[in-house]
Amino acid sequence: MPRERTYRTEAIVLRRSDFGEADRLLTLFSREYGKVRAIAKGARKPQSRKTGHVELFMRTRFLVAEGRNLDIVTQAEMVEGYNRLRDDLVRTTYASYAVELLDRFTADEDRNPQLYDLLSDTLRSLANTDNMLLAARFYELHLLSLLGYRPQLFKCVSCGEGIEEQDQYYSAELGGLLCPNCRQADLKAHEISGAAVKVLRFLQTRQWQAAQNLRLRRELHTELEEVMYYYLTYILERNLKSADFLQRLRREARLFATEVARGPTTAIEDRPQPDSDQEIEYE
Amino acid sequence: MASNVLPRSVQRLIDEFARLPGIGPKSAARLTFYLLRAAGDQALDLSAALHDLKEKTTLCSNCFNITEQDPCAICLDDNRQRELLCVVEEPLDVVALERSRAYKGLYHVLHGAISPVEGIGPEDLKIEELMNRLQHGDFGEVIIATNATLEGDATTLYLQRRLAGIEGLRLTRLARGLSVGGDLEYTDDITLTRALEGRQSL
Ligand SMILES: [Zn+2]
Ligand SMILES: [Zn+2]
Repeated sequence: MPRERTYRTEAIVLRRSDFGEADRLLTLFSREYGKVRAIAKGARKPQSRKTGHVELFMRTRFLVAEGRNLDIVTQAEMVEGYNRLRDDLVRTTYASYAVELLDRFTADEDRNPQLYDLLSDTLRSLANTDNMLLAARFYELHLLSLLGYRPQLFKCVSCGEGIEEQDQYYSAELGGLLCPNCRQADLKAHEISGAAVKVLRFLQTRQWQAAQNLRLRRELHTELEEVMYYYLTYILERNLKSADFLQRLRREARLFATEVARGPTTAIEDRPQPDSDQEIEYE
Repeated sequence: MASNVLPRSVQRLIDEFARLPGIGPKSAARLTFYLLRAAGDQALDLSAALHDLKEKTTLCSNCFNITEQDPCAICLDDNRQRELLCVVEEPLDVVALERSRAYKGLYHVLHGAISPVEGIGPEDLKIEELMNRLQHGDFGEVIIATNATLEGDATTLYLQRRLAGIEGLRLTRLARGLSVGGDLEYTDDITLTRALEGRQSL
């Protein structure tokens, strides 16, 4: 879509860096134009009209003027601030992860309104949910689907046979599950439990509304996080700073709020439930 | 600008300027040619200032502010309130607070803020040094004066947890409110919410 000299768009602030005397260079993910960069003049000064509207992770209505080198923000009005993301360091870190993932996966000016809606929905759920681990896995799976990396969870990626919900292998290289017979097709494939397969399928094919009440054991969360991280970093060919940061926070676990709600495990989990304290503590 | 046209020494200064934050290639060239033509010793004075910047300054081993003598003048000043400690992100924040003349205590400079996106964690900042100071010093109050940004808030949240266990220590943060000269109607929701929370009786 060719842009006008001045254009109006709704966007989420992915990154920002200091620029010049008191300006900020914003990296925005805009619903209409994909990822764009623009200067917000004076945005480091508290008395600027833009300052409180162009902070990280905010969903804001922008009016942008195309400049010779860089676009200039002429108006900014925040629509949704996801305030609770700013009140808890673990939530801040999860939001950073969501944004970093999208930033790494998208090129400049790649329009993707569905991905935009997914990010804004995810920031909202991360601000409100008591189950950040689940919201993160849901986001990863749906982001991958929207970007053409949808994990194949129903057929073996080598022989094409239907996959049973039992222990299998996950191949990052081939982009999905390998049945035990085809394990040789990718020797670097990760083992994955039948329960994890079941959860991934469930999350991949549901809306957040339906998925959010799932309660899982801590070990299952860990397994899901590991298999997804293995796949994502394989595609991106690099680690994610905010995921590493989360690991560092966990080493100080007792200092911080947990990422999952206390409560009995439900639904999809087929193994006997352990006592609820063990499953959510880090150590 | 075709780089092979210019003498190497000119191009080198342009390249150095262009590496500075907020300076593009055009401004870099403009500054360089200004200095080339500037009267008298201006360029040499600048060069001497740059040299001293690195050679003569160090960090105060107490508060980690930049200084030419260690400990710094503020840490040595007996007229300051020594039971009061203000934690800031950068040395320039000390300058801003000093300019206000409203604060008479001591400082601790973290040299940055926690940022999950940039991968800057507590151990990249002068936080262990702060803990050390608080455990060995005799402070009654710590004022956390980080920026009103996501990273500043993250740092405050972290420090709040770390410092909560220290007995007899009062922990405060700067009030978040309306800026001087700002109209209420243009104030963003988060600032308004915090200004309401921090309202004062008349
Ligand atoms: Zn197979
Ligand atoms: Zn000092």
